[in-house]
Amino acid sequence: MAGLHKSEFTNPVINWVDSRLPVFTMMQKEYGVFPTPKNFNYFWNFGALAMVTLMIMIATGIFLAMNYTAHTSMAFDSVQRIMRDVNYGWLIRYVHSNGASMFFLVTYIHIFRGLYYGSYKAPRELLWILGVVILLIMMATAFFGYVLPWGQMSYWGATVITNLFSAIPVVGEPIVTWLWGGFSVANPTLNRFFALHYLLPFVLIGIVFLHIAALHVTGSNNPLGIDVKGPQDTLPFHPYYTIKDSVGLCVFLAIFAAFVFFAPNFFGAADNEIPANPMVTPAEIVPEWYLLPFYAILRSVPSKLGGVLMMFGSIGLLFIVPWLDTSPVRSCKFRPVYRWFLALLVIACIVLGMVGAHRPEGIWVILGRVGTAYYFLHFLVILPVLGKLERPLPLPESISKPVLRGGGPLPAGAAAKPMEKA
Amino acid sequence: MMRWVTFAAAAAALIGSLATAPARAQGEHVALPKLAWSFAGPFGTFDRAAAQRGFQVYNEVCSACHQLRHAYYRDLTGIGLSAEQVAAIAASKSISDIGDDGAPIERPGLASDHFKSPYANDLAARAAQNGALPPDLSLMVKARDGGADYLYALLTGYSEAPAKMKMGDGMNYNKYFEGSQIAMVPPLSEGRVTYADGTPSSVNQMAKDVVTFLAFISEPETEQRKALGVRIVLFFVLMTGITYAVKRKVWADVDH
Repeated sequence: MAGLHKSEFTNPVINWVDSRLPVFTMMQKEYGVFPTPKNFNYFWNFGALAMVTLMIMIATGIFLAMNYTAHTSMAFDSVQRIMRDVNYGWLIRYVHSNGASMFFLVTYIHIFRGLYYGSYKAPRELLWILGVVILLIMMATAFFGYVLPWGQMSYWGATVITNLFSAIPVVGEPIVTWLWGGFSVANPTLNRFFALHYLLPFVLIGIVFLHIAALHVTGSNNPLGIDVKGPQDTLPFHPYYTIKDSVGLCVFLAIFAAFVFFAPNFFGAADNEIPANPMVTPAEIVPEWYLLPFYAILRSVPSKLGGVLMMFGSIGLLFIVPWLDTSPVRSCKFRPVYRWFLALLVIACIVLGMVGAHRPEGIWVILGRVGTAYYFLHFLVILPVLGKLERPLPLPESISKPVLRGGGPLPAGAAAKPMEKA
Repeated sequence: MMRWVTFAAAAAALIGSLATAPARAQGEHVALPKLAWSFAGPFGTFDRAAAQRGFQVYNEVCSACHQLRHAYYRDLTGIGLSAEQVAAIAASKSISDIGDDGAPIERPGLASDHFKSPYANDLAARAAQNGALPPDLSLMVKARDGGADYLYALLTGYSEAPAKMKMGDGMNYNKYFEGSQIAMVPPLSEGRVTYADGTPSSVNQMAKDVVTFLAFISEPETEQRKALGVRIVLFFVLMTGITYAVKRKVWADVDH
């Protein structure tokens, strides 16, 4: 009997399975009693929200795929058939198309939460890197998905984005031809994009699993950014955080549903309701909102190759953020100066998003360049230099014993008093 | 509580910044007149009488050149026509088909048929229309920035070209159209159709009616969607209250 797992479940069936394949023990360990810092705020909901959104996207996507035809002569019509003839097809499609926007919304908040509270710092560097991989795969998946309805913006978006690779010296053009499977965006392109759009979400599941596995080795960061000192600092994940995540989930689903049912085309482009036409270029070729900041960076550089490098560099940079930040303190709660620079970064990203939505004329060119400059300055200069210069506020002794509200420097040797809560 | 406020502010800022996105590509257009559409807003429904008059306008005017390729005659039950009325409308159209012997035939339309196309194909349409292709109208309200307001403005926006403007051959001046020159001749004129319900058929009235009909055809699911949405959003709001109460209860004994 060597090797049988000693299961503590009393239900005989669960015990039988668990002894041979301890999935129940694992779930109990990782999601039941998993010790979680007790001071999470609601920003710690967003990982769970992203997870739920991924599942919603896969569920709706599978049903859409059952009714979609990946052929240039039928794709647009098959989407209309989903909207008009498939039972609740409009619901499935609107959940899926708005779900993409919701997925990026919660993921971006999740990323900025990580930046604010220093969740990328040792020992969570690999956790962060896996997160950046997830972001990259999400972007690729969203791009492939946007091509599938085969409207004008699908077609021209695909043309613009695939042509980015033509900026690579010497091998650029052959690479683009290879990506297209022909000499322009055409049926082979659509067909392979559909295959990849179906494949990548499952790759995403794999990386998300690793992301969570890594999280459960290091344990979660928390708003104070200090390490857990002992059991008094933690709570079992269930029921404390299952219920807290549920509150956020209900709010999120209410907002999600409001878009799906009352403004389903809010995030969409009117041009994509016109079938793809290689002979007519739309007046504006604009990506979906979640890619606009990167599009703005691309267009802010007056050189094709330079723009492409800067755009990919803006995401590549995120991989080395754990080593760019030299501050010994994780949470921005205790970084009085960096906090403001991070706020500037958020503003820069929003400004870049707006720049991406407008023609590069007049003020938008200047704003785009300033935003791009700040984005790179933030990560390459401010993050490494400020960590050395800034004087962080005194850190609390532990999660259970935060310093008095208001902070302020404490006399040397004085122990912080536990904060009493009425 | 502070956290909620911060969070709400952050969310509002994000949504606000997104709201600027649809404003793209409208820069050079003339400001559109804003109409109070019956189907606007979360509770809006299609004005049945207007949509039916609008169908009449489409049927007697627009359908001479414009297709509704994604719509079926059976969709017309959605604007309040009975199954018999729909069957009669469909039967009045002659549909090209293939007979049992394999030879091409013409047969009366059925409710399950797509709206009949005025032209055999796009080339035939261009040949008949001075080289211009009359666009399909089944998604028109969704396919233009400004939606219903834009279509209304376009249909009522014809006027004399400014003296210094050089017009192309056979083109018409319309300030709402991109480039101000449109191949479509002014489609509506006073009394162009005779409404059965006695509504005076002014250009504005016909434009408003046909846009209401086209808004319906663009999204026939609209009313069902909104009705379902009210219930779903209320459900999640209620669930938020319940889960928040449970959360308070679960966390009551935690010193945090």
